[in-house]
Amino acid sequence: MTTRDEVRTTKPDNGVADAGGGRVIEPDAQPQASAQIRHLLDVDSLTPEQITTLLDSSEGMLEVLSRDVKKTPALRGKTIVTVFYENSTRTRISFEEAGKILGADVINVSVSASSVSKGESLYNTALTLQAMQVDALVIRHPHSGAPHFVARYVNAPVVNAGDGLHAHPTQALLDLFTLRQKLGSMDGKKIAIVGDVLYSRVARSDILGLVKMGADVVLCGPPTLMPAGWRPGVSPTETGMESVRIAGDVGEALDGADAVMTLRIQRERQDAGHLPDLREYSNMYGINRRRLALAKKDAPLLHPGPMNEGVEISSDVAHGAQSVVEEQVRNGVAVRMAVLYAICSKGRDRAAGTDE
Amino acid sequence: MADHLSEHESRVVLTGDDIRRALARISHEILERNGGNRDLVLVGVQTRGVHIANRLATNIDLFEGFVPPVGSLDPRLFRDDPEQASVQPVRPTSIPVSLEGRPVVLVDDVLYTGRTVRAALNALSDFGRASTIQFAALVDRGHRELPIRPDYIGKNIPTARDERVKVKLSEVDEVDQVDLVRLARVGVEA
Repeated sequence: MTTRDEVRTTKPDNGVADAGGGRVIEPDAQPQASAQIRHLLDVDSLTPEQITTLLDSSEGMLEVLSRDVKKTPALRGKTIVTVFYENSTRTRISFEEAGKILGADVINVSVSASSVSKGESLYNTALTLQAMQVDALVIRHPHSGAPHFVARYVNAPVVNAGDGLHAHPTQALLDLFTLRQKLGSMDGKKIAIVGDVLYSRVARSDILGLVKMGADVVLCGPPTLMPAGWRPGVSPTETGMESVRIAGDVGEALDGADAVMTLRIQRERQDAGHLPDLREYSNMYGINRRRLALAKKDAPLLHPGPMNEGVEISSDVAHGAQSVVEEQVRNGVAVRMAVLYAICSKGRDRAAGTDE
Repeated sequence: MADHLSEHESRVVLTGDDIRRALARISHEILERNGGNRDLVLVGVQTRGVHIANRLATNIDLFEGFVPPVGSLDPRLFRDDPEQASVQPVRPTSIPVSLEGRPVVLVDDVLYTGRTVRAALNALSDFGRASTIQFAALVDRGHRELPIRPDYIGKNIPTARDERVKVKLSEVDEVDQVDLVRLARVGVEA
């Protein structure tokens, strides 16, 4: 996915280190009205109020998903294009389903079958899509910052569906939504995140979102897969995040946790020398029934998928009573409906107060 | 909402007692029109329409001895002007029974342009084919933009376009009262 060079260049603006600091540069940057969202590029630029509004809306969207007739005309006449420069099944299908339930036309650009394989640049692809009058762009790209780059050159709202090591904001929102369903308020809740924190855009976005919503985050993973300097006992001033702790071992991380999130171990990591052996990783960091018992009773277990059963998660807990993996997938559709609705319903003139 | 408008002057057009009497009358009218049909379903438009629908259901129980099921509907996804979307979250719709073959009374606090009612009618059609759909509103303030008329109305209040009808209900606002507010434009929004 990424070479070591890219890792180095993308690390300084990875978002975790400068929580809340990195503002997105927008060409048509207008002061964002408190609840309005133009692009969804990362979690950094969302306020806790905006997150709460999106999660509240997701409740309404989840109800639409459960109807016999799963179709509304909310985004009728809108065209949403998904461009995935990386493989994905659940995220792409989730966006497609979300757009279609809201009545939009969704076009999926498969990069291998498009002009990109003829060498078209991201910039030209973006301009081409803009010329086709698309109303929203959903982009996944292996390079951190690619959706920000596109957002700078197109008028349509852009949703980041995962970029390099940087961000996966809709995954963070669906995780927050799932946790809110299970735990209510995030305030003061201990959330353990176990695994490859360094290379995981899911971890980065989740940490930022959880911290914004007031949770206490405990991280645990092999030292080779943690951001530089993030080691057990490191002070908040060094990480820049007061409510994030780094645990020495998985037992300490899970002890009394209100929820447990485990991250996917990408098998490429072993080839890159970050992990000596997947079985050793499983022994030291894999979530199994014995370890999950250290967390609070009925603590939900989250996994962003796809799961490597037997590596970061054992099969019995992956499909056990505490697993909320399938709920995460369903919630993902609702959250993406809320996101698409929020960004697409902007831009039409409407006199204030035409209806009570 | 509409933060470039500030409240200029406000007067009370319905007191708590007025609201109580109007809803009692509407309850009787609903029973009269539907001949005491026990299949009756009330569906309130989020949020104050739901509280009014609940009050009508309580009245119907009092007068006729049965409680009609009350649903709540957020028609926002069916609007043709989804601008308020990003300001207020979409709320879950809850229709407790299939509407197939039943008489339905849709309930809202204020009838104005009629666009909310149109959206609500579209939304309702996904929950079964009702035998009839009637519409009740506490206040009709005029200025219809669509061919929609109410079947039951609490009070007709002639208004100007720059006025705002504010319905306050004790369930969410501490008091029962309807105010007519004149808004002064204090700035221009881009």
